[in-house]
Amino acid sequence: MNFVVGGRAAFAYTAAHELDAAKPTVVFIHGAGLDHSSFGLQSRYFGYHGWNVLALDLPGHGRSAGPPLGTIAAMADWVVEVLNQLNIEKAVLVGHSMGSLIALDAAARHAQRVEKIALIAVAYPMKVTAPFLEAAQRNDFAAFDMSTIWGHAAQVPLAGNPSPGMWMYGDSLARLRRLAPGVLYNDLKAADDYVFSGSVGCPVLFVLGRRDVMTPPRAAQELQGKIPHSQVAVVDSSGHALMVEAPDATLDALVAFLSR
Amino acid sequence: MAGPKYPGFDTLALHAGQSPDPATGSRAVPIYQTTSYVFRDTEHAASLFNMERAGHVYSRISNPTVAVLEERMAALEGGVGAIATASGQAALHLAVATLMGAGSHIVASGSLYGGSHNLLAYTLKRFGIDTTFVKPGNLGDWKRSILPNTRLLFGETLGNPGLDVLDIPAVSAIAHEAKVPLLVDATFTTPYLMKPFDLGADLLYHSATKFLGGHGTAIGGVLVDSGRFDWEASGKFETLTAPYSGFHNMDFEEESGTRAFLLRARREGLRDFGACMAPMTAFQILQGIETLHLRMPRHVENTRKVVAFLKNNSFVDRVIYPELPEHPDHELAKKLLPLGCGAVFSFEIKGGRAAGKRFIESLRVFSHLANVGDAKSLVIHPATTTHYRMSDEDLKKAGITAGTVRLSVGLEDAQDLIDDLDRSLKVSQK
Repeated sequence: MNFVVGGRAAFAYTAAHELDAAKPTVVFIHGAGLDHSSFGLQSRYFGYHGWNVLALDLPGHGRSAGPPLGTIAAMADWVVEVLNQLNIEKAVLVGHSMGSLIALDAAARHAQRVEKIALIAVAYPMKVTAPFLEAAQRNDFAAFDMSTIWGHAAQVPLAGNPSPGMWMYGDSLARLRRLAPGVLYNDLKAADDYVFSGSVGCPVLFVLGRRDVMTPPRAAQELQGKIPHSQVAVVDSSGHALMVEAPDATLDALVAFLSR
Repeated sequence: MAGPKYPGFDTLALHAGQSPDPATGSRAVPIYQTTSYVFRDTEHAASLFNMERAGHVYSRISNPTVAVLEERMAALEGGVGAIATASGQAALHLAVATLMGAGSHIVASGSLYGGSHNLLAYTLKRFGIDTTFVKPGNLGDWKRSILPNTRLLFGETLGNPGLDVLDIPAVSAIAHEAKVPLLVDATFTTPYLMKPFDLGADLLYHSATKFLGGHGTAIGGVLVDSGRFDWEASGKFETLTAPYSGFHNMDFEEESGTRAFLLRARREGLRDFGACMAPMTAFQILQGIETLHLRMPRHVENTRKVVAFLKNNSFVDRVIYPELPEHPDHELAKKLLPLGCGAVFSFEIKGGRAAGKRFIESLRVFSHLANVGDAKSLVIHPATTTHYRMSDEDLKKAGITAGTVRLSVGLEDAQDLIDDLDRSLKVSQK
């Protein structure tokens, strides 16, 4: 659906459903350089199982007008502004990678608006290696290569995709090619700079890929320590791109968490 | 952290798309000779049908063996994904049917495989899709032929049978200016000799029957999408950007972005037209692909030796191969095909049709048949076979005469091939 936030065009995938005030709402927040379609199977599932779905395109990504927002806090505020705009009082937030920091920040600073958060492929601090950040700053294609290769488990190029006939590396590169210059750097820098403060009281689920080289499970331990009531689901077969590498396991973890 | 590195072409040709079978540990790609797949429960069934979970439902739509081939070809071409089809012709039809309907228009190279020419010039016309054919090297013609209802530009990487080299960077720029994609038939070049997506093409397909399979055992096609064409920004492709009542009102671009074309092609094209690939066929083509990187250099090496022999033979009027300086696309070939111009080429024998007949019937190593890209060397006379439906005018446009002989050079000992040609050329002139 198309709407306007802060005077700028914005888009959210709703699984071809109108928003229904009687239904609970789940908001999907994508990672750096990605868009709403990174949650394709999972967002569609919830849209057809009794939920309002808002799989967002953050400003400057997908169909939402730019420029991109420069900090995780600004992105979290924007997500809350989307809820305001659509008259949604409270929602579950599901974030992937950078999107998980946005969900975390929204839950900490806008607690009354957030029901639960699911943090997929999260790390804290989410430090980005200097070569990656520098290549992104130069708009060098090498940054797309790093995002693609480190963004999947090492076995991905020599293994099968759960979605028949699709090539994960090719899809990642095709999406990144569509980005306006500077957007990937903006996102990586925002994630790299983010400092979490405060606390989160709502239910929290970590969904981590054991083969993730970008945000390995150990990199989430500090955050887990800050949220002692959180739950963790580790997907053995997956790298960073859990929604495509292990779509069913990721969905199962979300279904179990959201149905509680 | 070490710098990122993609697996090389040779490794992808052997491994991409397949993990050892989780049930048996089978290292070779198993042939899943099944029509359908048992659902875990009714909820799982509903989720698969509604595209909420990944997996297979029915082998017309997808099959695990076929999926390995699709993913491997996408990896070798650098695409987002692929769909394997019953033949190369089915792949071309699937591309067209996914992008457009009655009232649409295509601009195509006039130098096409005869079967493709038939589909565009006669059959699709009957369904309301018109095609304007242009000389592939005339960029002005490509541009001038684009109409408001044009939805596709189409050519072969190496035109059949004159081996016109398609100037993909220039033609794709013309296509993109008109907000339409460029589709190429990459059969003659394979991903080993050329990567059309890196040059600007948006979609490509192969007759996998040829060099990919490589052994003349299976008919098949593969359609690959680069994922780079922005259907939404173009605004000309309702099939991909408007809700489709034939599939849950899905807007394919909104649903899947870079995967929109393949999603519609699979969910509508395979579902309704049904020109899918059989798992046994996929296995045979995969066996071929596993040695593509070894076979193609040898195909090219043998071809160069045969071309050199024919070039200096007094019974041969003309050899048409882009690596020869006199070929009109020689400079373009050097730029776009540095690893070689493939193993299919034509020459004109002195003495016209009668000499051609004697020549072909005298060959012992070359097989006279209607195929190319086999490990074995092949020969055919296009004017009476692959291009026999074409008018004289269209034949001329495609660069064919009554004396044109097409060779597909295989992997035999090159000297044996040359000896066979030498002896038969002498017989042809008696």
